[in-house]
Amino acid sequence: MILGIWFGNPILDALVKIGVFIVPVMTVTVMFLIWAERKVVGRFQARLGPMRTGPFGLLQSVADALKLLTKEDVRPALADRWSFELAPFALFIPIFITFVALPFTQDWVLRNLDLGLFYVLAALALSTLGLLLAGWGSANKYALLGGVRAAAQMISYELPMVFALLAVAVVAGTLNLNAMIEQQARVPYVVYQPLAFVIFLIAATAELHRQPFDMPVAESEVVGGPTVEYSGIRWSMFYLAEYASLWITSILGAVIFLGGWAWPYGQEWGLPWQLALGAVKSGLIIFIVFWIRASMPRMRIDQLMSYAWKVLLPLTFVALLVNGFVVVYDLPLWVLTVASVLILAGTVAGIQRAVKRKVRAQVGAVRSLAYARRS
Amino acid sequence: MTIEREFETVTMDINVGPQHPATHGVFRMVLTVDGERVVDLEPYIGYMHRGGEKLSENMDYRQGIGYQDRTCYLSQFIAEHAYVLAAERLMEIQVPERAEYIRVIMDELNRVASHMMFVGAFGQDVGTFGTAFGYAFRERERIQDLFEEVTGERLMYSYYRVGGVAWDLPPGFEESCRRVIRELRQGIADLDGLLTTNEVFIERTRDVGAIPVEDAIEYGLSGPMLRACGVPFDIRRAEPYSLYDRFDFEVPVGDRGDVFDRYWVRMQEMAQSLRIVEQALEQLPGGPILAERLPRMLRLPPGEIYQRVEDARGEYGLYLVSRGANKPYRLKMRSPSFSNLQALRDMTVGHYVADAVIILGSIDIVLCEVDR
Repeated sequence: MILGIWFGNPILDALVKIGVFIVPVMTVTVMFLIWAERKVVGRFQARLGPMRTGPFGLLQSVADALKLLTKEDVRPALADRWSFELAPFALFIPIFITFVALPFTQDWVLRNLDLGLFYVLAALALSTLGLLLAGWGSANKYALLGGVRAAAQMISYELPMVFALLAVAVVAGTLNLNAMIEQQARVPYVVYQPLAFVIFLIAATAELHRQPFDMPVAESEVVGGPTVEYSGIRWSMFYLAEYASLWITSILGAVIFLGGWAWPYGQEWGLPWQLALGAVKSGLIIFIVFWIRASMPRMRIDQLMSYAWKVLLPLTFVALLVNGFVVVYDLPLWVLTVASVLILAGTVAGIQRAVKRKVRAQVGAVRSLAYARRS
Repeated sequence: MTIEREFETVTMDINVGPQHPATHGVFRMVLTVDGERVVDLEPYIGYMHRGGEKLSENMDYRQGIGYQDRTCYLSQFIAEHAYVLAAERLMEIQVPERAEYIRVIMDELNRVASHMMFVGAFGQDVGTFGTAFGYAFRERERIQDLFEEVTGERLMYSYYRVGGVAWDLPPGFEESCRRVIRELRQGIADLDGLLTTNEVFIERTRDVGAIPVEDAIEYGLSGPMLRACGVPFDIRRAEPYSLYDRFDFEVPVGDRGDVFDRYWVRMQEMAQSLRIVEQALEQLPGGPILAERLPRMLRLPPGEIYQRVEDARGEYGLYLVSRGANKPYRLKMRSPSFSNLQALRDMTVGHYVADAVIILGSIDIVLCEVDR
């Protein structure tokens, strides 16, 4: 197996392994994810999704990829040449290098970094630069708005995400992803850290620019945002990057909260079982993201900001504080579960009350109508 | 140290439309934005102008019905209704009861179909990634199928005639209509669950694009736009035409006149329309569907008349002048979207770019009808 061979130089080693192993695997996975999203969201929308290309439309992504490859690469006359042409790479490279530290199974990890979590988050955060460059370089006002929105959103949501993961790391006592997984061999962290898990899911959805946080690419406002002027292969790189980062985020969530390859019986049952565990767990997170996408309207940019800074960030501080208490005073871990669930329930109830108060009369009427219909 | 000079910013003009996913057709507006905030808005219309009023002067009264379908392609039956009503009132024709009932059923189903289109498109504007669109269109399709069964057409029905309707309802219509009503109620409940009670949706739409009652009346807003401001003005109630004085229905009103209220009023209207259809099906009598002893070539006596009906978007009025020929001498169309669209600038300035899109969506414009 290529992952077992050492190529002498650490940089050369990583490059070769990414090129030979990660790129093909990622391309196929992304194509599958695109197909899966169209199928899943189609079902949510009372449609069938792709049906004509191959069994269950499985070859739809292949057809799309071929079409994109053969399209003309258009650069607007007024576009800033360098930033326009570099943007897809600036978006893409950080996503590739993220794979260096991600553990697929116990042994399938390019580099078992001690600062793995830190490295992954830092690399992922870099990718926003690509969107900003694209938005700036396209000489298009929609693209500019989208790019600026993307940057603002990244700054706001990176913080809750990092702090939520940090809260977990406080209890785990390590930033090494494989070490964190091994600690979850008996009980995955999501049991102790439901609050951090929910915050992570929300922040990750925002990082991925998906509903309800898709303002940077909002179709009905900025018509695709930074990618509006791109076509053909360059555009497909944006698309590839979007789904690749979805995959990475889901792996990250599976590794840190759902026990990665280790739970249950990962170490005992060996490689195929570990691979299956990883696929199922990241598939679950991806499904949740699709589900949210199919059922949520988009937030507004100011609401997005105030939600990040006024709700999510204080919540993560609370989570961090509680985890710190548990570690310092050596309390049993179930205290964390109880505290998290209480905080989560309180927040949800508070938001619901604050929002529903605005439409009390109308929603009341809706309810009474619904009851009248049932009786 | 204090910052002495404020950071200088410039406003930016963004051209939205005529080809933009959120303009619902060929409408164009130029937004002047300060960052994300809209400081000015300039609407441009006329891309769809076909000279409908002038064209109508060259069509006889039978052909003119077909043109009404083309003014508003979402509430075709209601527009046809205004046209035939104007002619009937001028000719003093007594329309058979069965025809009147059929017209009411078609009008109200048409209203539901049009509102479904609104909910779908509005859901798209708010950003539900097509789920609201899928749900709403599934429901709208049931009504379209029903219309196809009755008229043989899916878009341009041309079903009403001066003095009645073109042909009778197909056998089994009542059962299929009752079934459709049942399914539509479920569909409305689904949409309530998806949008009306969704926290993000409420946050996005509440207190956005509100317009005071006085301004609404001065702009001549009508229909759900006006009722959302709390004015219970519905032509079906205020000036009942056809058989609307026989049915029991409510006129839903909002209290703040914002985007949420406009959405909510339309959702409630769908339920009320279904009630009317149910009652009409219950009372539907037998008998002829076209007035007797009509001339083969309709000639209206000289005179003029203004006939208005409650369109899905508001007051649809036709001012018809006849000089005794077989064609109107002049036909002025008062289309609701045109008046409603005027308030766009007032409603939008001061809100965010994202709000401009949903405010435009909440007007529920049909560009064919704005430009005529």
